[in-house]
Amino acid sequence: MSIDAALRARIADFLADYAHAIDDGDLDSWPGYFTEAGRYRIITRETHDAGLPMGIMYCEGRGMMTDRIMALHTANIYEPHSYSHLLGPTRLQPDDDGGWRARTNFQVIRTMQSGAMELYAAGKYLDRIVLDDGRPLLAERDVVLESRRVDILLVFPL
Amino acid sequence: MSIQELSELSEPFVWPEEGVTRIPFRLFSDPEIYALEQERIFRGPVWNFLCLEIDIANPGDYKTTTVGEIPVVATRDHDGQVHAMINRCAHKGALVCLKERGNGRMMTCVYHSWSYDMAGQLKGIAFRNGANGKGGMPEDFDPDKHRLEPLRVEVFSGLVFATFSDEVPSVESYLGPIMAKFVRRTLDKPLVPLGMHSQIIHNNWKLYAENLRDSYHATLLHTFYTTFKINRLDMDGGIVMADDKWHHISFAKRKELQEDEEYQKAEVHSAQYESKLAGEHLLDTFEEHGDGITHCIQAIFPNLGIHTTLNSLCVRFFAPRGIDETELFWIYLGYADDTAEQRAMRVMQGNLTGAAGLVSLEDGCINEFVQRGTHGSPDRAAFLEMGGRDVENSDASRATEVAIRGFWTGYRRIMGID
Repeated sequence: MSIDAALRARIADFLADYAHAIDDGDLDSWPGYFTEAGRYRIITRETHDAGLPMGIMYCEGRGMMTDRIMALHTANIYEPHSYSHLLGPTRLQPDDDGGWRARTNFQVIRTMQSGAMELYAAGKYLDRIVLDDGRPLLAERDVVLESRRVDILLVFPL
Repeated sequence: MSIQELSELSEPFVWPEEGVTRIPFRLFSDPEIYALEQERIFRGPVWNFLCLEIDIANPGDYKTTTVGEIPVVATRDHDGQVHAMINRCAHKGALVCLKERGNGRMMTCVYHSWSYDMAGQLKGIAFRNGANGKGGMPEDFDPDKHRLEPLRVEVFSGLVFATFSDEVPSVESYLGPIMAKFVRRTLDKPLVPLGMHSQIIHNNWKLYAENLRDSYHATLLHTFYTTFKINRLDMDGGIVMADDKWHHISFAKRKELQEDEEYQKAEVHSAQYESKLAGEHLLDTFEEHGDGITHCIQAIFPNLGIHTTLNSLCVRFFAPRGIDETELFWIYLGYADDTAEQRAMRVMQGNLTGAAGLVSLEDGCINEFVQRGTHGSPDRAAFLEMGGRDVENSDASRATEVAIRGFWTGYRRIMGID
């Protein structure tokens, strides 16, 4: 089945917007990139390849994502830092239920308040994307990290 | 008369006379002290956690790790015996097992093909009798004198421990009766792995050992529960130490008053914590040990922790990676007989801990803040008098630093500052 070029472009924009929102610190918009019952998980490649369920962050539904963001605004303590996402091209395939499966490689550079910059995370997004009134939304996003090691902590979603 | 110094060091080190209520900052930054710890603690009379027994469940399985900074491999041989040995070829000293885990008949060093059975005995060396009639090992070469250097090993309640010491008694005596009983309470059932990650924290390993025992900071630094008004977590609790003081359990229970009522309810309570969370199924939980304990951390000297946070079960292992760097492993577990629903709750509550833990992520940076804050002040000391100056079990869980004083009591004893 061929994929309409306009749809392809819309999904590419959507995935870029997601990354830019986080990079810009607009974390409150993050849950809105998911369906109401959307699932989000950050998991190491080792655990993912072993078929085990337990990642580093897991949200089931927008409510849980909103709680995450509320927690990092009001409860959690960490040194100020920002992300810069670099996305690779997206491989898009139709899914059985009318949605789309997408795989996109990513890298995230983290900058600390001291100016220290490093490659913080690299891996792939494994997404299930559905259209809601023509607008793409994530029904599922698995963030599969190449490394099992997280430097310092993980508080902002990837 | 007590010795308050470490006489081996090139700069004189004297512990303040107040003892374990004062912790000299130099302990976190002096490379000579760090080197002495490798010898006296990690290569000394302690049991070091290597891996879980399920990591080496089958004959031929191996799992690599570190004891202090020494590379070690735990194996199960083809007779089912568990072994531990330094992961260092008896020939040139190269690593023998390169992969983190694996399975095989033999372990073969890739450099010159010296091969060892899974018990670490040298079984074959390439060109031992020479090639084309030339070279080869001397006639008197004895393979039995060139095995992988063994450690004493013991499996206790699903945990594999090893020691370099001939003197330290069994793991059970090392833990003492209270600690041993509590490890069994948590782990003495068939376990399954659920997932693992690690975290690099930029601090001396002892700051994390303190942090694990620091019940004072729990609700002050980690404000997730209070911010979201998760009321039922205002609990009874306490701190119990081993007779040696260096292991501890800190625990919290649901309020006694509510306990009877809780038991009457169905096994699974939805949103029972009266939270203001939008996604409150985060806290769906079930009672499983019959003791009302909702949160507990057990720390085993030197660098092991076991916690349950609601129904999330996790083994934490923190490995020194240099004087100011530590790798903290989060090894999440379930029980083999979990229902799908129970398993899902364990996975969900894993959100509370780990590198991104809603109630724990601050620990990733707080110990680094101490490392940085104390930089350049080796002659100053931390002040640890919350809950008194003693090192006795306490029914206060929040306003005491007694378990940290317990850690330092054990540290001073093993380092010879007692």
